[in-house]
Amino acid sequence: MLSVAERLEIEAEAAPAETKRSVASDALKIVQRHRGWVCDEALKDVAALLGLSPAELDSVATFYNGIYRRPVGRHVILLCDSVSCWIMGYNPLRERLESRLGIGLGQTTADGRFTLLPTACLGLCEQAPALMIDDNVHGDLTPEKLDQVLENYA
Amino acid sequence: MTTLHVDGKTYTADTAGRNLLEVCLSLGLNVPYFCWHPAFRSVGACRQCAVKVFKDEKDVRGRLEMACLIPVTDGMRVAIDDPEAVAFRAKVIEWLMVNHPHDCPVCDEGGECHLQDMTVMTGHVYRAYRFSKRTHRDQDLGPFVNMEMNRCIQCYRCVRFYRDYAGGRDFDVHGWHDHVTFGRHEDGILESPFSGNLVEVCPTGVFTDKSLKHHYTRKWDLQTAPSVCPHCGLGCNTFPGERYGTLRRVMPRYNGEVNGYFLCDRGRYGYEFVNSRNRIRRPLQRDHTGPVEVSKEEALALAGTVLQSRKVIGIGSPRASLEANFALRALVGPDRFYHGVTDKELRLVRTLSALLKRGQARTPSLREVESCDAILILGEDVTNTAPLLELALRQAVLQKPKADALKLGIYEWLDECLREAMQDQRGPMIVATPDRTALDSLASRTVRAAPADLARLGFAVAHALDPTAPPVPSLTPDTLALAEGIAAALRTGRRPLVVSGYGCGSEAVAEAAANVAWALCRTGSTASLCFTVPECNSMGTAMLPGESLDAAVAEISNGTADALIVLENDLYRRAESGSVETLLGARQVIVLDHLAHVTASRATLVLPAATIAEGSGTFINNEGRAQRSFQVFVPPDDIQASWRWLAELMPHSTRPWKGLDDVLAALADAVPAFKEIPDIAPSADFRLTGQKVPRQSSRYSGRTAMTADLSVQEPKPPVDLDAPFAFSMEGSRAHPPSSLIPRFWAPQWNSVQAVNKYQFKTGGALRDGDPGRRLIEPPEGEPTPYSVSIPAAFVARPYRCLVLPAWHIFGSDELSLHSPGIAARAPGPYVALNPVDLGRLGLAEGQAVTLSVGVASRVCSVIVAPDLPVGVARTPAGLPGLPALALPAWGGIAAVGGHSPPASQHAAGVPPVAGNEQDAHTATENTNATSGSPGERGGAP
Ligand code: SF4
Ligand code: SF4
Ligand code: FES
Ligand code: FES
Repeated sequence: MLSVAERLEIEAEAAPAETKRSVASDALKIVQRHRGWVCDEALKDVAALLGLSPAELDSVATFYNGIYRRPVGRHVILLCDSVSCWIMGYNPLRERLESRLGIGLGQTTADGRFTLLPTACLGLCEQAPALMIDDNVHGDLTPEKLDQVLENYA
Repeated sequence: MTTLHVDGKTYTADTAGRNLLEVCLSLGLNVPYFCWHPAFRSVGACRQCAVKVFKDEKDVRGRLEMACLIPVTDGMRVAIDDPEAVAFRAKVIEWLMVNHPHDCPVCDEGGECHLQDMTVMTGHVYRAYRFSKRTHRDQDLGPFVNMEMNRCIQCYRCVRFYRDYAGGRDFDVHGWHDHVTFGRHEDGILESPFSGNLVEVCPTGVFTDKSLKHHYTRKWDLQTAPSVCPHCGLGCNTFPGERYGTLRRVMPRYNGEVNGYFLCDRGRYGYEFVNSRNRIRRPLQRDHTGPVEVSKEEALALAGTVLQSRKVIGIGSPRASLEANFALRALVGPDRFYHGVTDKELRLVRTLSALLKRGQARTPSLREVESCDAILILGEDVTNTAPLLELALRQAVLQKPKADALKLGIYEWLDECLREAMQDQRGPMIVATPDRTALDSLASRTVRAAPADLARLGFAVAHALDPTAPPVPSLTPDTLALAEGIAAALRTGRRPLVVSGYGCGSEAVAEAAANVAWALCRTGSTASLCFTVPECNSMGTAMLPGESLDAAVAEISNGTADALIVLENDLYRRAESGSVETLLGARQVIVLDHLAHVTASRATLVLPAATIAEGSGTFINNEGRAQRSFQVFVPPDDIQASWRWLAELMPHSTRPWKGLDDVLAALADAVPAFKEIPDIAPSADFRLTGQKVPRQSSRYSGRTAMTADLSVQEPKPPVDLDAPFAFSMEGSRAHPPSSLIPRFWAPQWNSVQAVNKYQFKTGGALRDGDPGRRLIEPPEGEPTPYSVSIPAAFVARPYRCLVLPAWHIFGSDELSLHSPGIAARAPGPYVALNPVDLGRLGLAEGQAVTLSVGVASRVCSVIVAPDLPVGVARTPAGLPGLPALALPAWGGIAAVGGHSPPASQHAAGVPPVAGNEQDAHTATENTNATSGSPGERGGAP
């Protein structure tokens, strides 16, 4: 069941839209903001609210890599693996992250603190290698600097 | 006509409305493709159809273009065999197949796989990819369609068919990048009644026929012949395929005018009755000691004695061929032949056919339905009464927005652009029915009313269109306004269409529908009138003179007759059991049929009759199109076509019939309406380049071994006296006339896509015309007078309900229910009621009740149908094991106490339990074309 807050926010988003289904991705983002991810049940509820079928909404949800259809940790690390970062040191960053957190790409730490995901270019090429944690970008990273950065995310 | 130069040769072709790929294919040139489909055209998703296009003679470099995305211009220079284009195509298929498992030997698609064909055609024979492949978890999609997603090449055809073309909403594309999958949101039965078409639409082995899996056979090992679907009145064309004496599957047989490339799931999966363990295989005699098998000779002798010593009447069947019905009529005498349906049904079907013959509105083929642009559906839930008509109507509602989009200069074959331009726009379609239908979500307006009120609405629309049409007395202002609105909507169409039929069981509804179509015609429109009919030969048999079952009952009860021959008919499904008892009380009862049913269990003599796959015969569909269905295989044991049994019972001196052609000649002679019937397909002595047409492919394997357990000598193939087909591999491999095509195959084209080679234009008619012949054309001259019998408005009665038949695509057809997959989707016995009636009758949802109509009654559970008009109930028609009710009729509903589990609701058309509350008294309006819940097709919420 969607919470009252989720429902109200989605309805507010949908009200001015020409078609309800055009706010599909916004509605998914709203749910994700509240829950960290979009579970099957919430997906079905949002679909019903927008007059879509679950298959139609899931088609939207699974198209965007920023919509999580599986639970994620408290913080999501999006590690850029596109060309600039790759040249400037993506691999050492990845190795450090994997060894420090004890997880591989696509996985979540046992304590639920971090989920590590790859991403395409963050638009931060001038500060490559870069990554993004939650809503913050971090550039010019080295494995050493990384340790500090992670400390800020409890 | 446009001139174009391809690979240095000059061609001329009619290229209007067609892209380069279509034109090349029609010219017989092989351009590989995946995502283009003749029914839903181009999106340019696969990049497989790349060719070189040159600016002019001087241009030697040219540029790569996707053939499916460019129009043909006069003087165009194209190279399919340009080295760069060839290399490009080979690379494309290599990319598409990077993750493909290369598991052809264990893939059901193997041997008829478009991906195999295209791989060979592009010359991609060596794969460079050496890494691990991505794999998917497959979904269980229910009994009809099997999924093996790893074989996907991301052409998007499946979703374009299922979602865009067939309107299914429980199937979509999911994921992104390398992880794209196609399917449902979660495991579960595919809701669309057209789901089986994924099997051919998908060019790979992702979606395959699950029923075939249980008795798998490769295409080249199947014996096939052109046949007709026996499961509803539309007469879709089919290819049943047989191996080792059992039917393995049914595939659509392309007919540009009828079913096109598709079949509904009832038609595709309903075939398993042919293999049923309940088949009658040998003649059975029954006396006071019980049934005993007798030889064919004994059976004929027994029947002969009955015919000589008794006053015999014959009861025909709307699911038997014309030949069988006619043979029975000839055997017992024309005045002793009765139709195997109640008076109610016979009158209704005769009314339908009379209206089509009488008026100036033409009865459209399904193809023509697709091109209509303003639609009134009166009283018909087409999904459940004539399934493929729903698919055609889904295309028809797009005609108007498509016409607008074309004005923007979009090519008509650019599917994605057209859909982008059309968005959610739909042409006018008014769905006026007693309860919800699957087409409601596309309707510009929905109206819910009892049949009498639907008829009155129809008559009022006709009057609004043409003031000389009879006015409807005492109409409410609301209905009047509604009628005027509908009339205005229909007037906007260039090709308006009125759809009605047997669904409501009301002649008045059909007459009203005809009046609307005629009023449109009289006021200058070219309107069509499409009626559904109950069974595969309802239209044909109704054209045979003769009275109904009710009259036959009278004959037996008053003693004018004391013996009965029942042709392919379970009378208990037709009439209430009292009358059937009277009939079967005759001294001798001879039953010819496929399956042991209650009627057969009461017969004194049972003769095993061929199914549609085991005998040849003619059927007339709802359009009035006579179509020949040919025997696919020789049935085991003593099974033979009913007409042959009956012919063998005719006295030796008069027995004139050796083969089907003799029956047809006699039929044409005896019944003027059937004068043309012999000519609808070549006769048995037709030869193609001097030979018969082989039912088996040139690769048919194992035939010297397949009966080796019985005898090491290879038996001589049986001789077919009825058709120019051979039960063997030997024969002519030339293209036969379209009515004799046993399978679609062409060199390099092993999949169904070979059909392109049988058409002059892809998606058009088969080369020498689509099979079948229309027997009904509108009369010339003065317009016919309107029907004037306008019923009084519906008035609900205290303590009773008007009980209407609820038809179910899975459940109402007798034969298809023998397929386990179809039986699993049939609803349980229920009665659907409006909540007001529920309160009025003191009933609760899910409660077990006794529904009684006349002397018959059935126990069923209550379903809530919020849209159903107050005072009206619906209960499924044709479910097995339930006493037949002569619907529509007034009935009583009383609690039997206690609560029973609700009826199964996953069948299409079961009214969903939850829904918007609408006042069922008044005609309601719904202009929200996009609404509709995921379960809109009637699935349980
Ligand atoms: S499942 Fe079949 S039809 Fe669908 S995209 Fe894959 S290959 Fe094409
Ligand atoms: S629509 Fe009717 S004729 Fe066509 S496949 Fe379905 S059941 Fe058979
Ligand atoms: S490539 Fe990493 S931010 Fe652009
Ligand atoms: S067929 Fe032309 S791009 Fe797929």
